[in-house]
Amino acid sequence: MESVTEPLLLAVVVLTALAFDFTNGFHDTGNAMATSIATRALKPKQAVLLSASLNLVGAFLSLTVAATIAKGIVDAGIITLDVVLAGLVGGIVWNLVTWLFGIPSSSSHALIGGVVGAALAAAGTSGVLWSGLAAKVLIPALVAPLVAIAVGSVGTRLVMHFTRDVPEEQNDRMFRWGQIGSASLVSLAHGTNDAQKSMGIILLALIAADAVPEDSGVPFWVVLSCALAMAFGTYLGGWRVIRTLGKGLVELESRQGMAAETSSAAVILLSSHFGYSLSTTHVATGSILGSGVGKKGAAVRWSVAGRMFMAWLITVPAAALVGAAAYGLDVLVGGTAGSYVVFAVLVAVSFGIWLWSRREPVGHHNVNDEWEPETDNESIVAESVVDHDMELLTVAADGEQQPREEQR
Amino acid sequence: MSEFVEWGALGQVVLFGLLVGAGLPALFALGVRTLAGPGARGADGEVTIARKVVAYACFGAVVLAVLGAVAYIAAGGH
Repeated sequence: MESVTEPLLLAVVVLTALAFDFTNGFHDTGNAMATSIATRALKPKQAVLLSASLNLVGAFLSLTVAATIAKGIVDAGIITLDVVLAGLVGGIVWNLVTWLFGIPSSSSHALIGGVVGAALAAAGTSGVLWSGLAAKVLIPALVAPLVAIAVGSVGTRLVMHFTRDVPEEQNDRMFRWGQIGSASLVSLAHGTNDAQKSMGIILLALIAADAVPEDSGVPFWVVLSCALAMAFGTYLGGWRVIRTLGKGLVELESRQGMAAETSSAAVILLSSHFGYSLSTTHVATGSILGSGVGKKGAAVRWSVAGRMFMAWLITVPAAALVGAAAYGLDVLVGGTAGSYVVFAVLVAVSFGIWLWSRREPVGHHNVNDEWEPETDNESIVAESVVDHDMELLTVAADGEQQPREEQR
Repeated sequence: MSEFVEWGALGQVVLFGLLVGAGLPALFALGVRTLAGPGARGADGEVTIARKVVAYACFGAVVLAVLGAVAYIAAGGH
């Protein structure tokens, strides 16, 4: 690994890693909290505050950080700061694009995809360990939802059976507590697991820049800033993703929500225990689907689910494409200036996506609105154009169509 | 396919996942049923002590499992 002593370049990489950390929290709030918000066990703002706090605590809970990225997937010898930066850009852009369309997708897969793309651009096909990529990323993306659907549906079926003749308000009252408990566990596990990825990246960058010795532990400011970035992202809440998970797949009640979140927590923790890590996002989505499968007469919107599965399959190639492009741009401009240009482009693209999202804001105020088939992801773009027709706006001025001011 | 899927680990995840991930909600549901299901309230409208004990044992087991999971996360076992 080449030694980089340029402090400004180091700052750019650290900032980008924190930005990824932020999108990670932002994108994954729904995994833990979508069901609690949908069943009104928690108010939307309470839910994201709880999740953010637990992510913050989780980041401090365990500090077994290893400075490895995409271990066993990309040849460790070609991981330079430029590759890391391009990989982060790929991860961030994919996270933002999927958020824009309200699709839950794995943040770690996005990061791996970005790094794979950058590695391909840097070293060609020999830089990527293809069987590792298939075994650790692509196949688990197919397996995780199936496992979670199985566990979630069995749990839901049992719960429904045992409580079939319990008065509904009693069920709701008690299961809401169960729901909050299990969702908290998912948030905590997320904070511990995912904040460490960014800590590992920053540690790697610091070592590469000779800012800390090679056997250094994680400096406290890194732990703190990663924990804060993720908690802040979680608090802002990826409302679009929350809406899809909570309202788009299954109409949830608190018994299903509790079964789904417990299933998620169990599968996530067990899978890492047995060394077969599954993505939190894939597991959480599968569990929610399972809670629809397990309830007799519940409608599961498989078309929405199918679109998610497609997104998961293209996560790695799509993030890789962005990562490779970022690396290419970096090399094209050359030197440290290349990294600055990449960073500037990232900022511009992120801002553009954010602007686009403002055309049809989803926030805590409308996250639980009825799910209409017309607001399926493909039609969001078309609808947002219609929404901005000023005449339509005046006609619908006092109706639901009026885009309210988002208060975050 | 066997080189791409670790069947052993996957099997364990499914087995223990069903045991814990479906078992705990079921246990919680049994607690709810004992406390608020049909026949839970006697003639005086109160839930009997025996039912309360059973119900809180169920909830207690679930809470213990959650605390165990937190300890597991904190121990870096994830």
